[in-house]
Amino acid sequence: MKYVDEFRDQALARDLAAALDRTMTRPRRIMEVCGTHTMAVFRTGLRSLLPEGLELVSGPGCPVCVTSAAHVDAFLSLAGRPGVILATFGDLVRVPGSDGTSLAHARSQGARIEVVYSPMDGLALARSHPAQTVVFLGVGFETTTPGVAATVRLAQEEGLNNFFVFVTQKLMPPPLMALFGDPAQTIDGLLCPGHVSAIIGSDAYRPLVDRYHLPCVVGGFEPVDILQALLLLVRQFEEGRAEVENAYTRVVSRAGNCQAQALVAEVFEPVDMEWRGLGVIPGSGLQLRTPYRAHDAQEALAVEVPLAEEVRGCLCGRILQGRARPPACPLFGLRCTPATPIGPCMVSSEGTCAAYYNYSPSALNRAI
Amino acid sequence: MCLAVPMRVCEISDWAALVELEGIQREVRLDIVDRRPLVGDYVIIHAGFAIHTLEPEEAATNLRLMREMADGLDRQEEKRFS
Ligand code: SF4
Repeated sequence: MKYVDEFRDQALARDLAAALDRTMTRPRRIMEVCGTHTMAVFRTGLRSLLPEGLELVSGPGCPVCVTSAAHVDAFLSLAGRPGVILATFGDLVRVPGSDGTSLAHARSQGARIEVVYSPMDGLALARSHPAQTVVFLGVGFETTTPGVAATVRLAQEEGLNNFFVFVTQKLMPPPLMALFGDPAQTIDGLLCPGHVSAIIGSDAYRPLVDRYHLPCVVGGFEPVDILQALLLLVRQFEEGRAEVENAYTRVVSRAGNCQAQALVAEVFEPVDMEWRGLGVIPGSGLQLRTPYRAHDAQEALAVEVPLAEEVRGCLCGRILQGRARPPACPLFGLRCTPATPIGPCMVSSEGTCAAYYNYSPSALNRAI
Repeated sequence: MCLAVPMRVCEISDWAALVELEGIQREVRLDIVDRRPLVGDYVIIHAGFAIHTLEPEEAATNLRLMREMADGLDRQEEKRFS
């Protein structure tokens, strides 16, 4: 078992798609929460296999896209300080702040910005530059956060007092509860994110089922994983059931990764968090607990998070709520392209606008 | 940011492992993985950390259920037993 080829079986994908087609009796809308799902659906050409009337809508699961303009502005204010090295995931570098400039601009003005692959790389920078202040820009959901927690704990143990994290860590269930608590939304079911669920466990979606009678299925990222998850969802719709089901049992359990959960609970505590397009959602973010606050960039370096407006004309906010699609944005494909992004949904490879632009020529034609 | 594909563990030290996929090697941390992997195991990686070690039996069950669903076999079985 290599866990890849077996799950890329084209005949199996076709059979699952045919079963899906047979099962569906009327049009349905499913939200795929995770940016990696959005990308997988486009990149693998899965769209062409889906029955007509099955619409996939992207949700608030691209970590860079939901980072608020105010947070980006605060990152930019740090980038201008002398002696500061910012360590960041690559996707964040080109996200424009409220005035249209990005970390890439700051870098061209001389700011020291290092693209890292892991928070641990930020720690390594702090070790090798003891006279500099190293700030890791913490964006991400439940999948990224345990690694950030492990890194902060290590910094604490090593007494690395030049290492800080700008924490904007977010939790996935609260914005979903907020979205589906709105009676005006028209989504029939949820394709739950694979690797967030590996950490939090499939039981984390029970409140959505119990409170909103929303069918929820956890799915992996290969075409057959996604198709099986969609088939389970459509069966629930057709039978009037709402349950949590798991189509990714090789990675996701009901309780999730307890080790990672314990570490996160030790290092972080819940806090109200601002999301791009969704506003401030109570208890939807994390902050460092008191024993670890010495590594909190906002507190230790006195960074103000300014009030900031979202970029004018950009529909990212509505797109992240599943209320609009990229071609509905007047800037899509014209002023806003992956080379000249105006909003974060066009920057990140996991962003919905970027996925539409890169993989969907028909969407482009419609926009132009 | 999410790497969807499992990588194979080639070497293990205290807190780190060397993992490989199609000739590309990477070092990953083992601080938060649910089960400490052995050499030859496959792990799911996120931002430099292994988050899950795959179990061959779970994967085989996952695949079998997919095949049964594709053929509609799982439904017939339900009917037979109900
Ligand atoms: S196309 Fe650009 S401006 Fe329009 S919603 Fe997407 S990211 Fe925002």
